[in-house]
Amino acid sequence: MGVAGEGEVHRQPIVRLQNITKRFPGVLAVDEVSLDIYPGEVHVVAGENGAGKSTLMKLLSQVERPTKGTISINGQPVHFSGPQYAQSLGISMVYQEFALAPHLSIAQNIFLGREPARLGFIDRRGEVRHARELLRRVGLNIDPRRFVSGLSVAEQQRVEIAKALSLDAKLVIMDEPTATLTGQEIEELFDVIRNLTAKGIAILYISHRLDEIFRIADRVTVMRDGQLIATLPRADIDEKKLIRLMVGRDIANLYPKPVTAIGDVVLRVEGIARAHVLHDCSFEVRAGEILGFAGLVGAGRTELARAVFRADHIDAGTIWLDGRRLSIKSPDDAIDAGIGYLTEDRKKDGLALTLGVHQNITLANLPAFAGILNLGQEKRIAVRARDQLRIRTPSIQRRVNLLSGGNQQKVIVARWLETRARVLFFDEPTRGIDVGAKAEMFELIGRLASEGRAIILISSYLPELLNMCDRILVLREGRIAGVLNRAQFSEERVIALATGAKEVEVL
Amino acid sequence: MKETVKSTAGVGLDQAKEQEAHVSFARRLRERLADIVAQLTAAGALIVVCIVFSIASPDFLTFNNLFNIISQTTVTAVIAIGMTFVIISAGIDLSVGSTAALGGMLGTLIISRTNVSWPLGVLGGTLVGGGIGLVNGLLITKARLSPFITTLGMMSVARGLVYLSTGAVAVYSLPDSFALLGEGSIDGISIPLIVLVVVAVLAYFLLTRTRLGRHAYAIGSNPEAARLSGISIAFTLIVIYVLQGLLAGFGGMIASSRVVSGQPNFGIGLELDVIAATVIGGASLFGGQGTIIGTLIGAFLIAVIRNGAVLLNINEFYQEVIIGGVIWLAVYWDQFRRRRLSSVS
Repeated sequence: MGVAGEGEVHRQPIVRLQNITKRFPGVLAVDEVSLDIYPGEVHVVAGENGAGKSTLMKLLSQVERPTKGTISINGQPVHFSGPQYAQSLGISMVYQEFALAPHLSIAQNIFLGREPARLGFIDRRGEVRHARELLRRVGLNIDPRRFVSGLSVAEQQRVEIAKALSLDAKLVIMDEPTATLTGQEIEELFDVIRNLTAKGIAILYISHRLDEIFRIADRVTVMRDGQLIATLPRADIDEKKLIRLMVGRDIANLYPKPVTAIGDVVLRVEGIARAHVLHDCSFEVRAGEILGFAGLVGAGRTELARAVFRADHIDAGTIWLDGRRLSIKSPDDAIDAGIGYLTEDRKKDGLALTLGVHQNITLANLPAFAGILNLGQEKRIAVRARDQLRIRTPSIQRRVNLLSGGNQQKVIVARWLETRARVLFFDEPTRGIDVGAKAEMFELIGRLASEGRAIILISSYLPELLNMCDRILVLREGRIAGVLNRAQFSEERVIALATGAKEVEVL
Repeated sequence: MKETVKSTAGVGLDQAKEQEAHVSFARRLRERLADIVAQLTAAGALIVVCIVFSIASPDFLTFNNLFNIISQTTVTAVIAIGMTFVIISAGIDLSVGSTAALGGMLGTLIISRTNVSWPLGVLGGTLVGGGIGLVNGLLITKARLSPFITTLGMMSVARGLVYLSTGAVAVYSLPDSFALLGEGSIDGISIPLIVLVVVAVLAYFLLTRTRLGRHAYAIGSNPEAARLSGISIAFTLIVIYVLQGLLAGFGGMIASSRVVSGQPNFGIGLELDVIAATVIGGASLFGGQGTIIGTLIGAFLIAVIRNGAVLLNINEFYQEVIIGGVIWLAVYWDQFRRRRLSSVS
């Protein structure tokens, strides 16, 4: 999309990496990587977790010092001096988890550490004026005197980009920028990226989402095990090839949905309501069935799952399991009744990061008698779960924060399997995990369904729902907007229901 | 259903094993070594300090002196064991000094005013501490005050109650046998040492082998994950603060026993020593980390430095400076080690 069309690739790169290597104790994170980045291109770096993408970004933004190799900017080799130096050279990073101070205003954040001053006093009016101009360039029409704490995630991200622009960035690095954005916000971000590249700014873009890579990339670099596998123009790759390069083998089917006999109703939910959040939601799931929850961000998908699990209080509604009415008052009761909920945000709500893999697996169902733990039993449970779910960890005692995203997710799945739950809610189970691990996660979900469990799958990524689910329930503004059977599945129908578009009848 | 649930059989298990094999051995060995070294560092520091003092002062390695160190440390260590639970759950208890004083005062009052035997008085003082802990726990979980604010307030309230109980007058006229608890010995083995070992073993068991201990770690590590895993946070925290209160009250009785009196000004600033011992022992104020053995080492390290400084005639004001430095070093080393460990992945 940028200026770096095919005929212009021969011109001088903004940034050139030559034989860059980073060795951590015992691990070769980046191995002899050479790479050119040209003005105005969107250069996507793809690869599985642990492939070395993030380390490469940290080397570029001088957060880490390379073990060997040279980085040149505009043909001049640069020395290592830290992130501020990299920024002064025109390399800025938009972090995945945003690094803004919530209690300061937008303008104060943009100029943090570089406040424009007159006679030693901060020039507040100049600051605000300049910030407004920068916000306009990233498509934000809001008052720069507003506090960052009141901004949406998408707006905060845009402020980060504005901050990069204020530093006169030539190369903006974005690490999974769409991970927490809605569809509309993603489109807006892409517009911003197009505007930047049109002005000759290069974008280095890390992403897991294949659909995005094909939409936005001019060139794609694939990394695996710290090595650069290939750098190719977008025209030369398709989905299958990209996956093969990333994973190192063919993945036959991203969405392995098993053919399963669907049994009796397991979970029935009637009239769940919570003021301003959920309105009269009723649905049921059968044994062996995978029911999808679709909807825009904020439509109430997670809230409905949490309401059933009683992680949040509800104002009305009844829950029936196997035809028996439950009186659930807390997650504790829900677990006892046979309901499990795998949270959307692994690190925030799911894992006890300072504890070991084994302790996380048994957290919801400790093997204990009269309050006294059976540590031998715990170890056996953990070993069995590791083998069954193929959790890759050097030992079951390893602290869970040292595992990759996909393996952390499996630890949580293992936890809920140990509770023998009949109903499992999977809330965005593939967020932030790589392609190979995704296919594995879906295989696992399919297997759990075929064992006769009722599965509810929440996802913002429609292809996941369309491929994996038997039915899709679409939420809009806290209400159930409709339920689609597999025969009725289409992306358009789901979107129409989710947005309340009129043409739903026509479709 | 149960049968099928168990048989979530793995496909491609070999592949996982294969992948594991090449990462595993070297890294596992290194991590295990790093863990052992970390445990040994604090213990090693304690040993080094002991060796230095035994060379520097002939009085250090004497029976009397060691006996003295142990009875001095027991009070701090017993309370710090409770603090270990509190800090692991990502809490803090600033009221332990006042609670210990209140337990000591009321416990000794019971002994001197009624004619019950002194062990019942010790039990009474301990229960008084437990009551204070219960109020702390309820304020934290039901009124949703932060542990810091709750116990900051309690620090003042309990101290006020101490002064109110006798009009700030010390309690005397206690039986001589009461001194056994804090200063006695059986066949040459110090009774406070026995008390400390028993408390420590029970606490170790509670922390590592029971639901309560595991729940404390889980709540400190990630309260939301704990709640969504069906753990009752309120119940667990109340039990933890009651336990801390009981141990503070008991510690107060041991201290009273050492001076055979109830002293209204006992335990001012004690909370800082207790927290320091816990932190030097590797507990993280962010929660989720800490061990009983580490806390014991921390408590003894502080006590030995104080004792050695006295023997060497080092100005007592310098002791405070040295102990502050030890806190910095211990936490710095701990963080340095963790950073290195996590940067590997």
